[in-house]
Amino acid sequence: MKLKTVLLATALTSAAYAAQAQEVTVMSWGGSYTKSQVEAYHKPFTALTGIKINSIDADNPATPIKAQVEAGNVSIDVADVEFSDAVRLCDEGLLEPMDVAMLPAAPDGTPATEDFIEGALQDCAVANIVWSTVFAYNSDNVTGEPVTIGDFFDTTKFPGKRGVRKSAKATLEMALMADGVPSDEVYGILDTDEGVDRAFAKLDSIKDDIVWWEAGAQPPQLLADGEVVMSTAYNGRIFNAAVAEGQPLHVVWDGQILDFDLFVVPKGAPNKDAAMKFVAFATDTQRLADQASWISYGPARKSSGALVGKYSDGKTEMAPHMPTAAANLGNALVNNFEFWVDKDAELNERFNAWLAN
Amino acid sequence: MSDAMANGQQMLTTADGKPLKQALARAQSHAKRRAFLLVLPLLAFILITFVAPIGQMLKRSVHNDGFTMHTDIGSGVETPIMVNLKGWFKANPAGTSPDEPAYAALAADLVELKRLRAPGQAGTRINYELSGSRSLFTKAARKADKLEPPYKQALLDLDEDWGDPALWRVMRDASSAYTSNFYLAAMDRTRDLDGKVIMVNENRQVYVKLFKRTLFLSLLITFLTFVLAYPIAHLLAVLPLRHSNLLMILVLLPFWTSLLVRTTSWMVLLQSQGVVNDTLVGMGILGDENRLQMMYNQLGTVIAMTHILLPFMVLPLYSVMRPINPSYVRAARSLGATSWTAFRRVYFPQTVPGIGAGALLVFILAVGYYITPALVGGADGQLISNLIAFHMQKSLNWSLAAALAALLLGGILILYWLYDRLVGIDNLKLG
Repeated sequence: MKLKTVLLATALTSAAYAAQAQEVTVMSWGGSYTKSQVEAYHKPFTALTGIKINSIDADNPATPIKAQVEAGNVSIDVADVEFSDAVRLCDEGLLEPMDVAMLPAAPDGTPATEDFIEGALQDCAVANIVWSTVFAYNSDNVTGEPVTIGDFFDTTKFPGKRGVRKSAKATLEMALMADGVPSDEVYGILDTDEGVDRAFAKLDSIKDDIVWWEAGAQPPQLLADGEVVMSTAYNGRIFNAAVAEGQPLHVVWDGQILDFDLFVVPKGAPNKDAAMKFVAFATDTQRLADQASWISYGPARKSSGALVGKYSDGKTEMAPHMPTAAANLGNALVNNFEFWVDKDAELNERFNAWLAN
Repeated sequence: MSDAMANGQQMLTTADGKPLKQALARAQSHAKRRAFLLVLPLLAFILITFVAPIGQMLKRSVHNDGFTMHTDIGSGVETPIMVNLKGWFKANPAGTSPDEPAYAALAADLVELKRLRAPGQAGTRINYELSGSRSLFTKAARKADKLEPPYKQALLDLDEDWGDPALWRVMRDASSAYTSNFYLAAMDRTRDLDGKVIMVNENRQVYVKLFKRTLFLSLLITFLTFVLAYPIAHLLAVLPLRHSNLLMILVLLPFWTSLLVRTTSWMVLLQSQGVVNDTLVGMGILGDENRLQMMYNQLGTVIAMTHILLPFMVLPLYSVMRPINPSYVRAARSLGATSWTAFRRVYFPQTVPGIGAGALLVFILAVGYYITPALVGGADGQLISNLIAFHMQKSLNWSLAAALAALLLGGILILYWLYDRLVGIDNLKLG
């Protein structure tokens, strides 16, 4: 009799617990970027809905999705991925389609479909930020002031090691721009064999001075340690190292490459409904503006722009640090996702062969 | 004698009159069955967690159904795709230039792809062998419903690449799920228009080179661990237990420390602003301008891996050296051998089984090493396992990853076989 009661009580409490303890697993890029999302999205979401957020990091959250979905063992509910990865994963049927109707309208009533900037809403993905790959330098270790992307490749004028992301994407574009290709011609030239040769030839000129990085948190570290004097980096990481930690790091906007980060929900996500709720919440006008006060990435909604104020230290204006600020767009390239969806395999193969030589 | 016994009138029997042979067999089979039942859990465990997944993964190296079968991820329902095109390929031999029925079949298949939301999957499969063809499929499928005869013209209007003979050659290959093309790719080879095997363009050759480098670095690391471990193991073996135990802990301590911690410690030591360089600059041996580059290159990989794999050499060596009776060497010396001859002719041969075991262990671990070269290898210190990881995690071309892994596995098995022929696997001693 007693045993029965105990069993019943256990069953009841565990059922209640299962119903109550809803949680969503969100995978992002780590470091100061994940922190900005925790502050701007996760905490308010948990406060509002009671749904717990389990935040995990990866060098690139797109990579575990295929393995998990194909193995039928999905543990990620929401992942933050780059544009070309979002399109590729969606094409391969690895993502849940996004219902645009679930996204809230802007405060002034503009529907979400018009409020998001062009390209931010995809079949299986909703963008949250506009970020960019830039190059940055440590003013303690560089004599003079690098101002153009060409300076990054000029080791006679600015001697010292360079940090570069170990991937063909963005690296080849930067090499071409440094070689004098105007940003609107980059992808046209990179589409030809001669263009690819030209990009690699430019990279060859600094190959012996390159330290390769893979995780977004590495470049600020390499720069601060003096391990490199300049490095390509995600612009927000440099901003945070410079403003929050007071490191003498400076961003050079010339030759920056703009890209989206988008939220996706893998097929078979264990908490799909809560995940969708999270995506809708995190990409509303206020939340996107809030994130921009933690890291210098531009919000993907037009209506968020006006709400972006100061950095969380209360004194740094965010606007001039955004990749989308007019002053920073002088020589900027918008990542061509379709080019990379198509050419990713070939160019990375060539890149790997080039690295190994 | 035994024959006489068997042919004798009276067979040996047990107390209850059964033939001894039968009784023995029964008792033995009973014991065998029990032994089998005892190892059954382990056998099942190995089959389920080791043999089956590896077999499944290796199957991908020759089997890729991206262009033949669509599996709905939610329901698991399988639908064959590209069936019309496959029919045309069957009816027409290789080399036939695609005619209107071929394009009509393609158009019908594209409509089906769109319905299944599978153009990305089919395009990805073709893109593995012909870069840039992925968007052909996704773009054409988007407009598939609106295509009208003549289909050849309609598709060529969409994108003239649809007329590319290389594309049709790849589609023909891919229309069968079984293919050897991934093995060709893993050996830097591809097929030309007629299906003949040729090398890929020089600037894309990477795998053969990395296989060679992996082999070379693994042998180098094995040799270095041997050179370093032999004196240590000898010292451990000859010291009194009290001292040798302390030294043993020093050998084992790094062994118990996390691999990542050890690798990052090497980074702290060896990087250009690291401890070693700072010390050398501080002592005035090096100028601040020409700090040594010991990290993010092959040197870093060799140093870190040699250190990490050292215990795998020390332990087997120690275990064969410990029981060697010191009076053998003393006897040799007293019979007039120089210390070098005594070592060479008497001591060393007795340690060979330990060297064999240690070398095999270190070599096999080094060949498949992944995390250390990834962290400290930079560009030229990468091993083949890093490219396997690249294709598993980043490019998502699992078939190529599987082909590379199968080649690595095959290569190691051949080396193991050679080792067995030359040294003999019975000579191996782990303890």
